Amino acid sequence: MKRFFDTELENFRSHLLQMGERAMEQVRLAMRALGESDIALADKVIAADDELDQLEILIDDEAIRYMTLRGPVASDLRLIVVGMKASHDLERVGDEATGIARRSRKLAIEPRLELYADLPRMATIALEMLRDALDCFVQEDEQRALSVIRRDAEVDNLNRILYRRLTSFMIEKPETISRALELMFISKSIERIADHATNIAEEMIYLAKGKDVRHSDEIKQEGKNG
Amino acid sequence: MLDPSNRPPTFAVSVPAAAAAPAAPAPVAFDIRNFCLWYGASQALREVSIQIPSTRVTAIIGPSGCGKSTFLRALNRMHELTPGVRIAGDLRLYGEDLYSPSIDATLVRRRVGMVFQKSNPFPTMSIAENVLCGLRLNGVRDQQLLRDRLEQSLRMAALWDEVKDHLYRPGTSLSGGQQQRLCIARAIAVRPEVLLLDEPCSALDPIATAKVEELIHELKKEYTIVIVTHNMQQAARVSDRTAFFYMGQLVEYAETRTIFMNPANPQTEAYVSGRFG
Repeated sequence: MKRFFDTELENFRSHLLQMGERAMEQVRLAMRALGESDIALADKVIAADDELDQLEILIDDEAIRYMTLRGPVASDLRLIVVGMKASHDLERVGDEATGIARRSRKLAIEPRLELYADLPRMATIALEMLRDALDCFVQEDEQRALSVIRRDAEVDNLNRILYRRLTSFMIEKPETISRALELMFISKSIERIADHATNIAEEMIYLAKGKDVRHSDEIKQEGKNG
Repeated sequence: MLDPSNRPPTFAVSVPAAAAAPAAPAPVAFDIRNFCLWYGASQALREVSIQIPSTRVTAIIGPSGCGKSTFLRALNRMHELTPGVRIAGDLRLYGEDLYSPSIDATLVRRRVGMVFQKSNPFPTMSIAENVLCGLRLNGVRDQQLLRDRLEQSLRMAALWDEVKDHLYRPGTSLSGGQQQRLCIARAIAVRPEVLLLDEPCSALDPIATAKVEELIHELKKEYTIVIVTHNMQQAARVSDRTAFFYMGQLVEYAETRTIFMNPANPQTEAYVSGRFG
Protein backbone atom coordinates (compact mmCIF):
# COMPACT_ATOMS: atom_id res chain seq x y z
CA MET A 1 0.00 0.00 0.00
CA LYS A 2 1.31 3.43 -0.94
CA ARG A 3 1.26 6.03 1.81
CA PHE A 4 0.44 9.69 1.19
CA PHE A 5 3.92 10.71 2.40
CA ASP A 6 5.92 8.19 0.33
CA THR A 7 6.91 10.98 -2.08
CA GLU A 8 8.88 12.57 0.80
CA LEU A 9 11.06 9.45 1.01
CA GLU A 10 11.45 9.40 -2.78
CA ASN A 11 12.55 13.06 -2.76
CA PHE A 12 14.98 12.35 0.07
CA ARG A 13 16.48 9.45 -1.87
CA SER A 14 16.79 11.46 -5.08
CA HIS A 15 18.42 14.42 -3.27
CA LEU A 16 21.05 12.06 -1.87
CA LEU A 17 21.73 10.60 -5.33
CA GLN A 18 21.90 14.13 -6.77
CA MET A 19 24.43 15.03 -4.07
CA GLY A 20 26.44 11.90 -4.94
CA GLU A 21 26.56 12.89 -8.62
CA ARG A 22 27.62 16.45 -7.73
CA ALA A 23 30.36 15.21 -5.38
CA MET A 24 31.78 12.85 -8.01
CA GLU A 25 31.68 15.58 -10.64
CA GLN A 26 33.62 17.89 -8.29
CA VAL A 27 36.34 15.24 -7.86
CA ARG A 28 36.54 14.64 -11.64
CA LEU A 29 36.80 18.38 -12.38
CA ALA A 30 39.40 18.95 -9.64
CA MET A 31 41.55 16.14 -11.07
CA ARG A 32 41.18 17.59 -14.56
CA ALA A 33 42.19 21.04 -13.29
CA LEU A 34 45.28 19.40 -11.76
CA GLY A 35 46.17 17.40 -14.89
CA GLU A 36 45.63 20.30 -17.29
CA SER A 37 46.93 23.06 -14.97
CA ASP A 38 43.60 24.79 -15.54
CA ILE A 39 43.25 27.59 -12.96
CA ALA A 40 39.82 28.71 -14.21
CA LEU A 41 38.48 25.17 -13.81
CA ALA A 42 40.00 24.96 -10.30
CA ASP A 43 38.20 28.19 -9.40
CA LYS A 44 34.95 26.76 -10.70
CA VAL A 45 35.34 23.68 -8.48
CA ILE A 46 36.04 25.86 -5.43
CA ALA A 47 32.98 28.03 -6.12
CA ALA A 48 30.68 25.01 -6.68
CA ASP A 49 31.38 23.51 -3.23
CA ASP A 50 28.59 25.66 -1.81
CA GLU A 51 26.02 23.61 -3.77
CA LEU A 52 27.08 20.46 -1.92
CA ASP A 53 26.91 22.26 1.42
CA GLN A 54 23.37 23.39 0.62
CA LEU A 55 22.35 19.84 -0.37
CA GLU A 56 23.71 18.54 2.92
CA ILE A 57 21.59 21.06 4.83
CA LEU A 58 18.53 20.18 2.74
CA ILE A 59 18.97 16.43 3.34
CA ASP A 60 19.42 16.92 7.10
CA ASP A 61 16.33 19.10 7.18
CA GLU A 62 14.26 16.51 5.27
CA ALA A 63 15.52 13.72 7.55
CA ILE A 64 14.68 15.54 10.78
CA ARG A 65 11.29 16.57 9.43
CA TYR A 66 10.51 12.98 8.40
CA MET A 67 11.57 11.56 11.75
CA THR A 68 9.50 14.15 13.62
CA LEU A 69 6.32 13.89 11.58
CA ARG A 70 6.23 10.36 10.14
CA GLY A 71 7.64 8.19 12.95
CA PRO A 72 9.69 5.93 10.64
CA VAL A 73 10.59 2.37 11.68
CA ALA A 74 12.41 -0.59 10.08
CA SER A 75 13.79 0.08 6.56
CA ASP A 76 12.31 3.62 6.46
CA LEU A 77 14.24 4.52 9.61
CA ARG A 78 17.42 2.93 8.28
CA LEU A 79 17.07 4.91 5.04
CA ILE A 80 16.76 8.21 6.94
CA VAL A 81 19.69 7.50 9.28
CA VAL A 82 21.90 6.19 6.47
CA GLY A 83 20.92 9.11 4.22
CA MET A 84 22.03 11.63 6.86
CA LYS A 85 25.35 9.87 7.39
CA ALA A 86 26.04 9.39 3.67
CA SER A 87 25.30 13.07 3.00
CA HIS A 88 27.99 14.05 5.54
CA ASP A 89 30.44 11.73 3.78
CA LEU A 90 29.56 13.28 0.42
CA GLU A 91 30.00 16.79 1.81
CA ARG A 92 33.48 15.77 2.95
CA VAL A 93 34.21 14.33 -0.52
CA GLY A 94 33.32 17.81 -1.83
CA ASP A 95 35.73 19.38 0.68
CA GLU A 96 38.52 17.07 -0.51
CA ALA A 97 37.76 18.00 -4.14
CA THR A 98 37.99 21.69 -3.17
CA GLY A 99 41.33 20.98 -1.46
CA ILE A 100 42.66 19.30 -4.60
CA ALA A 101 41.47 22.27 -6.70
CA ARG A 102 43.23 24.78 -4.39
CA ARG A 103 46.51 22.83 -4.56
CA SER A 104 46.21 22.43 -8.34
CA ARG A 105 45.98 26.25 -8.59
CA LYS A 106 49.33 26.58 -6.77
CA LEU A 107 50.95 23.81 -8.85
CA ALA A 108 49.69 25.25 -12.14
CA ILE A 109 52.12 28.18 -11.95
CA GLU A 110 55.16 26.01 -11.13
CA PRO A 111 57.20 23.68 -13.37
CA ARG A 112 55.52 20.31 -13.52
CA LEU A 113 56.89 17.36 -11.55
CA GLU A 114 56.88 13.92 -13.15
CA LEU A 115 55.19 12.10 -10.34
CA TYR A 116 51.60 12.88 -11.34
CA ALA A 117 51.07 9.54 -13.02
CA ASP A 118 49.74 7.60 -10.03
CA LEU A 119 47.31 10.29 -8.94
CA PRO A 120 44.77 9.91 -11.79
CA ARG A 121 44.88 6.13 -11.31
CA MET A 122 44.13 6.51 -7.60
CA ALA A 123 41.36 9.01 -8.35
CA THR A 124 39.81 6.66 -10.92
CA ILE A 125 39.63 3.86 -8.33
CA ALA A 126 38.23 6.20 -5.65
CA LEU A 127 35.56 7.44 -8.09
CA GLU A 128 34.65 3.86 -9.08
CA MET A 129 34.28 3.03 -5.39
CA LEU A 130 32.04 6.06 -4.90
CA ARG A 131 29.96 5.12 -7.96
CA ASP A 132 29.54 1.52 -6.77
CA ALA A 133 28.68 2.60 -3.22
CA LEU A 134 25.97 4.95 -4.53
CA ASP A 135 24.65 2.29 -6.92
CA CYS A 136 24.14 0.09 -3.87
CA PHE A 137 21.85 2.80 -2.56
CA VAL A 138 19.52 2.08 -5.49
CA GLN A 139 20.02 -1.67 -5.83
CA GLU A 140 20.76 -2.63 -2.19
CA ASP A 141 23.48 -5.03 -3.40
CA GLU A 142 25.45 -6.25 -0.40
CA GLN A 143 28.17 -8.04 -2.41
CA ARG A 144 28.93 -4.92 -4.42
CA ALA A 145 29.15 -2.86 -1.24
CA LEU A 146 31.54 -5.42 0.26
CA SER A 147 33.77 -5.19 -2.81
CA VAL A 148 33.95 -1.40 -2.34
CA ILE A 149 35.15 -1.92 1.24
CA ARG A 150 37.79 -4.41 0.08
CA ARG A 151 39.07 -2.03 -2.62
CA ASP A 152 39.93 0.62 -0.03
CA ALA A 153 43.17 -1.26 0.68
CA GLU A 154 44.23 -0.77 -2.97
CA VAL A 155 43.99 3.03 -2.68
CA ASP A 156 45.72 2.99 0.73
CA ASN A 157 48.56 1.04 -0.83
CA LEU A 158 48.95 3.40 -3.81
CA ASN A 159 49.01 6.34 -1.39
CA ARG A 160 51.80 4.70 0.63
CA ILE A 161 53.87 3.94 -2.48
CA LEU A 162 53.52 7.52 -3.75
CA TYR A 163 54.40 8.88 -0.29
CA ARG A 164 57.65 6.90 -0.30
CA ARG A 165 58.54 7.94 -3.84
CA LEU A 166 57.85 11.60 -3.12
CA THR A 167 59.95 11.43 0.07
CA SER A 168 62.95 10.07 -1.87
CA PHE A 169 62.37 12.67 -4.57
CA MET A 170 62.45 15.50 -2.02
CA ILE A 171 65.73 14.20 -0.56
CA GLU A 172 67.31 14.02 -3.99
CA LYS A 173 65.95 17.36 -5.24
CA PRO A 174 65.28 19.69 -2.33
CA GLU A 175 64.12 22.43 -4.72
CA THR A 176 60.99 20.34 -5.38
CA ILE A 177 59.94 20.08 -1.74
CA SER A 178 57.05 22.52 -1.86
CA ARG A 179 55.60 20.98 -5.06
CA ALA A 180 56.14 17.41 -3.84
CA LEU A 181 54.37 18.28 -0.57
CA GLU A 182 51.35 19.56 -2.52
CA LEU A 183 51.24 16.22 -4.39
CA MET A 184 51.46 14.35 -1.10
CA PHE A 185 48.45 16.26 0.22
CA ILE A 186 46.53 15.59 -2.98
CA SER A 187 47.33 11.90 -2.72
CA LYS A 188 46.06 11.97 0.88
CA SER A 189 42.86 13.73 -0.28
CA ILE A 190 42.18 10.96 -2.82
CA GLU A 191 42.84 8.37 -0.16
CA ARG A 192 40.28 10.15 2.06
CA ILE A 193 37.72 10.16 -0.78
CA ALA A 194 38.12 6.36 -0.97
CA ASP A 195 37.59 6.24 2.82
CA HIS A 196 34.31 8.16 2.44
CA ALA A 197 33.24 5.77 -0.35
CA THR A 198 34.01 2.92 2.06
CA ASN A 199 31.88 4.55 4.76
CA ILE A 200 29.01 4.93 2.32
CA ALA A 201 29.33 1.26 1.28
CA GLU A 202 29.19 0.23 4.95
CA GLU A 203 26.11 2.40 5.41
CA MET A 204 24.48 0.76 2.38
CA ILE A 205 24.97 -2.68 3.94
CA TYR A 206 23.25 -1.40 7.07
CA LEU A 207 20.42 -0.06 4.90
CA ALA A 208 19.96 -3.32 3.02
CA LYS A 209 20.53 -5.84 5.80
CA GLY A 210 20.37 -3.96 9.11
CA LYS A 211 23.90 -5.26 9.72
CA ASP A 212 26.66 -3.01 11.07
CA VAL A 213 29.95 -3.95 9.35
CA ARG A 214 31.96 -0.89 10.42
CA HIS A 215 35.39 -1.58 11.87
CA SER A 216 35.25 -5.17 10.64
CA ASP A 217 38.88 -6.22 10.37
CA GLU A 218 37.84 -9.35 8.51
CA ILE A 219 36.54 -7.52 5.42
CA LYS A 220 39.47 -5.09 5.34
CA GLN A 221 41.94 -7.96 5.68
CA GLU A 222 40.32 -9.67 2.69
CA GLY A 223 41.02 -6.48 0.73
CA LYS A 224 44.66 -6.37 1.84
CA ASN A 225 45.14 -10.02 0.88
CA GLY A 226 43.72 -9.18 -2.55
CA MET B 1 -10.23 -20.58 51.75
CA LEU B 2 -7.12 -19.43 49.99
CA ASP B 3 -4.97 -16.89 51.72
CA PRO B 4 -4.98 -13.92 49.35
CA SER B 5 -2.13 -12.22 51.18
CA ASN B 6 0.22 -14.62 49.42
CA ARG B 7 0.43 -15.38 45.78
CA PRO B 8 -1.18 -18.76 45.15
CA PRO B 9 1.78 -21.04 44.57
CA THR B 10 -0.13 -23.18 42.09
CA PHE B 11 -3.58 -23.94 40.73
CA ALA B 12 -3.26 -27.54 41.48
CA VAL B 13 -5.56 -27.54 44.47
CA SER B 14 -7.02 -30.90 43.46
CA VAL B 15 -4.02 -32.65 41.94
CA PRO B 16 -1.55 -34.99 43.67
CA ALA B 17 0.91 -33.37 46.08
CA ALA B 18 3.96 -34.10 43.90
CA ALA B 19 2.56 -31.98 41.07
CA ALA B 20 1.49 -29.24 43.48
CA ALA B 21 5.06 -28.28 44.44
CA PRO B 22 5.75 -24.65 43.53
CA ALA B 23 7.58 -24.36 40.25
CA ALA B 24 11.12 -22.99 40.44
CA PRO B 25 11.40 -19.43 39.06
CA ALA B 26 11.69 -19.79 35.32
CA PRO B 27 12.44 -17.19 32.71
CA VAL B 28 9.50 -18.47 30.66
CA ALA B 29 6.03 -17.67 31.99
CA PHE B 30 3.80 -18.94 29.17
CA ASP B 31 4.99 -21.84 27.07
CA ILE B 32 2.51 -22.29 24.24
CA ARG B 33 2.77 -24.98 21.56
CA ASN B 34 0.63 -25.46 18.43
CA PHE B 35 -2.29 -23.64 20.00
CA CYS B 36 -5.46 -23.46 17.87
CA LEU B 37 -8.83 -21.91 18.66
CA TRP B 38 -12.13 -22.08 16.80
CA TYR B 39 -15.32 -20.03 17.19
CA GLY B 40 -17.77 -22.65 15.88
CA ALA B 41 -16.49 -23.56 12.41
CA SER B 42 -14.30 -20.48 12.06
CA GLN B 43 -10.64 -20.90 13.10
CA ALA B 44 -9.30 -17.79 14.91
CA LEU B 45 -5.85 -19.06 15.97
CA ARG B 46 -3.68 -21.40 13.89
CA GLU B 47 -0.86 -23.42 15.38
CA VAL B 48 0.49 -20.60 17.56
CA SER B 49 3.75 -21.52 19.30
CA ILE B 50 5.30 -18.84 21.52
CA GLN B 51 7.20 -18.51 24.78
CA ILE B 52 6.38 -15.43 26.83
CA PRO B 53 9.07 -14.45 29.33
CA SER B 54 8.42 -13.76 32.98
CA THR B 55 8.55 -10.14 34.33
CA ARG B 56 8.83 -8.65 30.86
CA VAL B 57 6.37 -6.77 28.68
CA THR B 58 5.31 -8.64 25.57
CA ALA B 59 3.33 -6.68 22.96
CA ILE B 60 0.90 -8.34 20.58
CA ILE B 61 0.36 -6.40 17.36
CA GLY B 62 -1.52 -7.05 14.15
CA PRO B 63 -4.43 -5.76 12.07
CA SER B 64 -8.03 -6.02 13.28
CA GLY B 65 -9.31 -9.58 13.16
CA CYS B 66 -5.82 -11.14 13.24
CA GLY B 67 -6.55 -13.04 16.46
CA LYS B 68 -4.54 -10.95 18.91
CA SER B 69 -7.40 -10.31 21.37
CA THR B 70 -8.50 -13.94 21.04
CA PHE B 71 -4.94 -14.98 21.86
CA LEU B 72 -4.88 -12.68 24.90
CA ARG B 73 -8.17 -14.08 26.16
CA ALA B 74 -6.93 -17.63 25.66
CA LEU B 75 -4.17 -16.86 28.19
CA ASN B 76 -6.72 -16.70 31.02
CA ARG B 77 -9.48 -18.82 29.49
CA MET B 78 -11.68 -15.72 29.19
CA HIS B 79 -12.96 -16.95 25.81
CA GLU B 80 -14.69 -19.84 27.57
CA LEU B 81 -17.44 -17.32 28.36
CA THR B 82 -18.20 -17.29 24.59
CA PRO B 83 -20.34 -20.27 23.46
CA GLY B 84 -19.05 -22.64 20.76
CA VAL B 85 -15.34 -22.14 21.42
CA ARG B 86 -13.01 -25.08 20.92
CA ILE B 87 -9.27 -25.25 21.42
CA ALA B 88 -6.36 -27.56 20.59
CA GLY B 89 -2.67 -27.54 21.51
CA ASP B 90 -0.74 -26.90 24.67
CA LEU B 91 -0.80 -23.75 26.81
CA ARG B 92 1.26 -23.78 29.99
CA LEU B 93 1.96 -21.18 32.66
CA TYR B 94 5.15 -21.99 34.55
CA GLY B 95 4.87 -25.54 33.27
CA GLU B 96 1.27 -26.03 34.33
CA ASP B 97 -1.29 -26.92 31.69
CA LEU B 98 -3.93 -24.19 32.04
CA TYR B 99 -6.43 -26.27 30.10
CA SER B 100 -6.07 -29.40 32.20
CA PRO B 101 -9.49 -30.62 33.41
CA SER B 102 -8.21 -30.44 37.00
CA ILE B 103 -7.66 -26.68 36.77
CA ASP B 104 -10.37 -24.27 37.82
CA ALA B 105 -10.87 -21.46 35.25
CA THR B 106 -11.70 -18.98 38.05
CA LEU B 107 -8.31 -19.59 39.63
CA VAL B 108 -6.64 -19.16 36.25
CA ARG B 109 -8.23 -15.74 35.97
CA ARG B 110 -7.03 -14.84 39.46
CA ARG B 111 -3.47 -15.69 38.55
CA VAL B 112 -3.82 -14.03 35.15
CA GLY B 113 -5.56 -10.68 35.59
CA MET B 114 -7.01 -8.65 32.76
CA VAL B 115 -7.62 -4.99 31.95
CA PHE B 116 -9.89 -4.17 29.04
CA GLN B 117 -9.94 -1.57 26.30
CA LYS B 118 -12.81 0.35 27.85
CA SER B 119 -12.38 1.08 31.53
CA ASN B 120 -15.14 -0.71 33.42
CA PRO B 121 -15.23 0.19 37.12
CA PHE B 122 -18.26 -1.39 38.80
CA PRO B 123 -20.79 1.46 38.63
CA THR B 124 -22.43 0.95 41.98
CA MET B 125 -19.14 0.73 43.90
CA SER B 126 -16.86 3.37 45.36
CA ILE B 127 -13.20 3.66 44.39
CA ALA B 128 -12.19 1.62 47.45
CA GLU B 129 -14.85 -1.04 46.88
CA ASN B 130 -13.76 -1.41 43.27
CA VAL B 131 -10.18 -2.10 44.29
CA LEU B 132 -11.12 -4.49 47.08
CA CYS B 133 -13.99 -6.39 45.50
CA GLY B 134 -11.73 -9.24 44.30
CA LEU B 135 -10.33 -9.77 47.79
CA ARG B 136 -13.78 -9.57 49.39
CA LEU B 137 -15.15 -12.12 46.90
CA ASN B 138 -12.31 -14.35 48.04
CA GLY B 139 -13.53 -14.01 51.60
CA VAL B 140 -10.91 -11.65 53.03
CA ARG B 141 -12.31 -9.94 56.14
CA ASP B 142 -9.11 -8.68 57.81
CA GLN B 143 -9.68 -4.91 57.84
CA GLN B 144 -6.00 -4.05 58.26
CA LEU B 145 -5.05 -6.24 55.33
CA LEU B 146 -7.81 -4.68 53.20
CA ARG B 147 -6.68 -1.15 54.12
CA ASP B 148 -3.05 -1.99 53.34
CA ARG B 149 -3.89 -3.66 50.06
CA LEU B 150 -6.11 -0.73 49.01
CA GLU B 151 -3.29 1.75 49.47
CA GLN B 152 -0.63 -0.52 47.94
CA SER B 153 -2.72 -1.26 44.87
CA LEU B 154 -3.64 2.38 44.29
CA ARG B 155 -0.03 3.43 44.80
CA MET B 156 1.17 0.78 42.34
CA ALA B 157 -1.41 2.02 39.87
CA ALA B 158 -0.05 5.58 40.41
CA LEU B 159 -3.52 6.72 41.47
CA TRP B 160 -3.19 7.02 45.27
CA ASP B 161 -2.23 10.69 45.43
CA GLU B 162 -5.14 11.63 43.20
CA VAL B 163 -7.87 9.69 45.08
CA LYS B 164 -6.68 9.26 48.67
CA ASP B 165 -8.99 12.01 49.95
CA HIS B 166 -12.15 10.65 48.34
CA LEU B 167 -11.84 6.90 48.36
CA TYR B 168 -15.58 6.48 48.90
CA ARG B 169 -16.75 8.43 45.89
CA PRO B 170 -18.09 6.33 43.01
CA GLY B 171 -15.40 4.81 40.76
CA THR B 172 -17.25 6.24 37.80
CA SER B 173 -16.69 9.79 39.11
CA LEU B 174 -13.05 9.60 37.96
CA SER B 175 -11.72 10.74 34.58
CA GLY B 176 -11.20 8.19 31.80
CA GLY B 177 -7.49 7.85 32.49
CA GLN B 178 -8.06 7.55 36.24
CA GLN B 179 -10.78 4.92 35.68
CA GLN B 180 -8.37 2.85 33.60
CA ARG B 181 -5.73 3.06 36.34
CA LEU B 182 -8.46 2.11 38.86
CA CYS B 183 -9.12 -1.02 36.78
CA ILE B 184 -5.40 -1.80 36.85
CA ALA B 185 -5.41 -1.30 40.66
CA ARG B 186 -8.39 -3.66 40.88
CA ALA B 187 -6.59 -6.25 38.75
CA ILE B 188 -3.40 -6.12 40.83
CA ALA B 189 -5.16 -6.05 44.23
CA VAL B 190 -5.56 -9.84 44.13
CA ARG B 191 -1.82 -10.14 43.34
CA PRO B 192 -1.95 -11.93 40.01
CA GLU B 193 1.25 -13.19 38.37
CA VAL B 194 0.35 -12.01 34.91
CA LEU B 195 -1.43 -8.88 33.75
CA LEU B 196 -3.15 -8.94 30.36
CA LEU B 197 -3.85 -5.51 28.90
CA ASP B 198 -6.21 -5.33 25.92
CA GLU B 199 -5.62 -1.95 24.24
CA PRO B 200 -5.59 -0.23 27.63
CA CYS B 201 -4.91 3.26 26.25
CA SER B 202 -7.08 3.35 23.15
CA ALA B 203 -9.66 5.60 24.83
CA LEU B 204 -7.17 7.78 26.71
CA ASP B 205 -5.62 11.17 25.98
CA PRO B 206 -1.82 11.46 25.59
CA ILE B 207 -1.25 12.45 29.24
CA ALA B 208 -3.30 9.57 30.62
CA THR B 209 -1.61 7.27 28.09
CA ALA B 210 1.82 8.37 29.30
CA LYS B 211 0.78 7.63 32.91
CA VAL B 212 -0.45 4.14 32.02
CA GLU B 213 2.76 3.45 30.03
CA GLU B 214 4.87 4.63 32.97
CA LEU B 215 2.84 2.30 35.16
CA ILE B 216 3.41 -0.65 32.80
CA HIS B 217 7.12 0.06 33.00
CA GLU B 218 6.99 0.01 36.81
CA LEU B 219 4.73 -3.04 37.06
CA LYS B 220 6.97 -5.24 34.94
CA LYS B 221 9.40 -5.41 37.87
CA GLU B 222 6.88 -7.71 39.54
CA TYR B 223 4.46 -8.84 36.86
CA THR B 224 4.56 -10.57 33.53
CA ILE B 225 2.66 -8.24 31.21
CA VAL B 226 1.10 -9.02 27.85
CA ILE B 227 -0.34 -6.02 26.02
CA VAL B 228 -2.42 -5.89 22.86
CA THR B 229 -2.06 -2.54 21.14
CA HIS B 230 -2.84 -0.92 17.80
CA ASN B 231 -0.39 1.85 18.55
CA MET B 232 2.97 0.88 17.06
CA GLN B 233 4.85 3.57 18.94
CA GLN B 234 3.33 2.34 22.19
CA ALA B 235 4.44 -1.22 21.47
CA ALA B 236 7.92 0.12 20.66
CA ARG B 237 8.04 2.22 23.85
CA VAL B 238 6.75 -0.20 26.46
CA SER B 239 7.54 -3.73 25.35
CA ASP B 240 10.62 -5.95 25.51
CA ARG B 241 9.37 -8.45 22.95
CA THR B 242 6.79 -8.08 20.21
CA ALA B 243 4.67 -10.67 18.43
CA PHE B 244 3.06 -9.89 15.07
CA PHE B 245 -0.13 -11.82 14.32
CA TYR B 246 -1.86 -12.02 10.95
CA MET B 247 -4.90 -14.11 10.01
CA GLY B 248 -4.69 -16.14 13.20
CA GLN B 249 -1.02 -17.00 12.76
CA LEU B 250 2.03 -15.79 14.63
CA VAL B 251 4.07 -14.31 11.76
CA GLU B 252 7.07 -13.05 13.70
CA TYR B 253 8.11 -12.89 17.35
CA ALA B 254 11.34 -11.24 18.43
CA GLU B 255 12.95 -8.57 20.59
CA THR B 256 10.96 -5.36 20.11
CA ARG B 257 13.99 -3.54 18.72
CA THR B 258 14.36 -6.21 16.04
CA ILE B 259 10.69 -6.00 15.05
CA PHE B 260 10.89 -2.22 14.66
CA MET B 261 14.42 -1.87 13.31
CA ASN B 262 14.99 -4.91 11.16
CA PRO B 263 12.11 -7.38 11.03
CA ALA B 264 12.82 -10.67 9.27
CA ASN B 265 9.42 -11.04 7.63
CA PRO B 266 8.30 -8.62 4.85
CA GLN B 267 4.72 -8.72 6.19
CA THR B 268 5.94 -7.51 9.59
CA GLU B 269 7.96 -4.75 7.91
CA ALA B 270 4.91 -3.64 5.90
CA TYR B 271 2.69 -3.66 8.99
CA VAL B 272 4.96 -1.75 11.38
CA SER B 273 5.77 0.88 8.76
CA GLY B 274 2.10 1.38 7.82
CA ARG B 275 2.32 -0.04 4.28
CA PHE B 276 0.12 -3.02 5.03
CA GLY B 277 -3.06 -3.64 3.04
